[in-house]
Amino acid sequence: MTDATLHSAQPSRSLLASDARTRRRKAAEKRFRAYGLIAISLGLAALVFLLASVLGNGLGAFRQTFVEIPVTLDEATLDKAGTRDPKAMAKVTTVGYGKLIAAALEAELAAKGLDTAAVDSKAIMGLMSKEAAADLRNMVLADPSLIGQTITFDAAATSRVDGFFKGRVTLESAERDSNISPEQLHLAQAMKDAGLIETKLNLWGFLSSPDASELRPEVAGLGVAILGSAYMMLIVLCLSLPIGVAASIYLEEMAPKNKWTDMIEVNIANLAAVPSIVYGILALALFINFMGLPQSAPMVGGLVLTLMTLPTIIIATRAALKAVPPSIRDAALGVGASRMQSIFHHVLPLAMPGILTGTILGLARALGESAPLLLIGMVAFVKDFPAAPPEGLMEPATALPVQVYQWTQRSDPAFVERASGAIIVLLVFLLVMNAVAIVLRRRFERRW
Amino acid sequence: MNDMRIAERAVTSETSKMSAQGVQVYYGSNHALKDVDVEILDKTVTAFIGPSGCGKSTFLRCLNRMNDTVASARVLGTILLEGEDIYDKRVDPVTLRAKVGMVFQKPNPFPKSIYENVAYGPRIHGLTRNKAELDEVVEQSLRKAALWNEVKDRLDAPGTGLSGGQQQRLCIARAIATSPEVLLMDEPCSALDPIATAQVEELIDELRSQFSVVIVTHSMQQAARVSQRTAFFHLGNLVEYGETGQIFTNPRDPRTESYITGRIG
Repeated sequence: MTDATLHSAQPSRSLLASDARTRRRKAAEKRFRAYGLIAISLGLAALVFLLASVLGNGLGAFRQTFVEIPVTLDEATLDKAGTRDPKAMAKVTTVGYGKLIAAALEAELAAKGLDTAAVDSKAIMGLMSKEAAADLRNMVLADPSLIGQTITFDAAATSRVDGFFKGRVTLESAERDSNISPEQLHLAQAMKDAGLIETKLNLWGFLSSPDASELRPEVAGLGVAILGSAYMMLIVLCLSLPIGVAASIYLEEMAPKNKWTDMIEVNIANLAAVPSIVYGILALALFINFMGLPQSAPMVGGLVLTLMTLPTIIIATRAALKAVPPSIRDAALGVGASRMQSIFHHVLPLAMPGILTGTILGLARALGESAPLLLIGMVAFVKDFPAAPPEGLMEPATALPVQVYQWTQRSDPAFVERASGAIIVLLVFLLVMNAVAIVLRRRFERRW
Repeated sequence: MNDMRIAERAVTSETSKMSAQGVQVYYGSNHALKDVDVEILDKTVTAFIGPSGCGKSTFLRCLNRMNDTVASARVLGTILLEGEDIYDKRVDPVTLRAKVGMVFQKPNPFPKSIYENVAYGPRIHGLTRNKAELDEVVEQSLRKAALWNEVKDRLDAPGTGLSGGQQQRLCIARAIATSPEVLLMDEPCSALDPIATAQVEELIDELRSQFSVVIVTHSMQQAARVSQRTAFFHLGNLVEYGETGQIFTNPRDPRTESYITGRIG
């Protein structure tokens, strides 16, 4: 009754004119949209800045400046006995090869008619990486039949010359640099004009070479780091997928629902949020100090990353199992399948896309993790490739994110480029893994 | 309700297939089923009717121990299948469920091929020795479920791609592929349209020549159409149990009468 009188007391409003209240509500909605847009724009701007900076710094790492000279591999110096026996040939050290290269380079400069008056022969050799002689020696020892031939040898130019052609090093900066002089750069420019120096794509070299010392960034590569990361991912996959899936199936399908399982569930969720460096300390205490596994080994790294990934996989798997409709379980039990049969024949296949997605995302996180690896000695200078598994799992290696960390610690600016290049490689791996996760989810998602 | 039709459906068998004596079911502290005694006859369709939450589905799920999957459920009393206590410690629910098949309210085919859906039961119970026998079982089951002619050319197609009524008949074929002795149906037509419902009802009538069928239904018309015996449940009690014709035309209990005339429920 009172309602009716209240309503009739209000004058009827036109639909065409909006009142103050409606205008306020509309303004509030507009403001909220603006906040959202601003938040997203900020995020996108940060992403663009990150990508621009990483790509700008890092793309250069995939290109490398090489000095190309014909080198005659003289039998008299390299294989005095003439037996082509690598053991006997190994007596010739890199010094011997260095002299050979120096002679070949000077001869080639003279042949091209380049003026070398301003630089002495040591400075001419200084244009090339200190690794050049060792590279040539390894090449010859691997293939003794090269001896006696004249081959075109691609020696990596030193990082300063490389930087000069990439714009990182200038004539002015060379004045203040004890490693390079403006005269050397002038010669390098002349050699480039004469076709002796070339900056070209060096993707494989960057991805496959091992790390190199502070003095020779031009030959430092990601080989050992990629291999170490691959070994660790292998261990993580082989351990965390079966353990995680088995644990989830037990917790989700078989365990009685009581306060113990509740407590386990809460603790698994908590473990997923534990800072990764804590896992590093655990691994140091457990695997290295207590169990006596070697430091820097992919085995230990894989084990700690497994511990770190397990909660993620368990949570994802339990969610995937929960999403399978109970009617499927009923159907299987109804025709007389046992609990195990209903899980393995029907529930698990349906949960598989979710499980795989969770696993891949867990692996991606493990791949990018560096903190726990710092504590188990994977931040080390490792120049030798680990052997093939299983022995290789116990040999020292590094990992991609750790390699990034290491290179950013070094003083030579050439390593900044290398570190950014390594970040690009890491990002590409992560992108590929995430893309695989999305494809798997789309491909195997079934409707019921 | 057609009384003439009901009258035609006399019970032809008097042998007891399953017998429940003093069955009590508790979900936690909730007493869901109170002291139920039912004799389920061989080669007979028995309908359980009653309002929602009256315990008819609960009782049905006791008959093949599907309540075992509910952690909080407790079943007391005796249920015998041909004289053997199905709640005996030595009974494996897996073998029991091969003998007492079940069809659920919502069609729930496995997301596999039609063939695999039907072949799954015989395969896990090892009922066939080779592919040819399995093919035969699949064909016979689909024929009995009146689905063979519709799907014989696409046995490899996913079972989930069928229409709702076909899916439910596929579920029936799946249930009868293990040659059960009793077939439990929990509101098998509640998710189906009237045409599919009619097909399934016709099928139930045919199946009665081989199994005893127990059907839970919300629809009293359906109970009257398909069953020979009817049990009326109310608030966890078995109120009345007797021949369908008698229950619908001459109920003894006033609660049954109120329910079938639409005053409660």
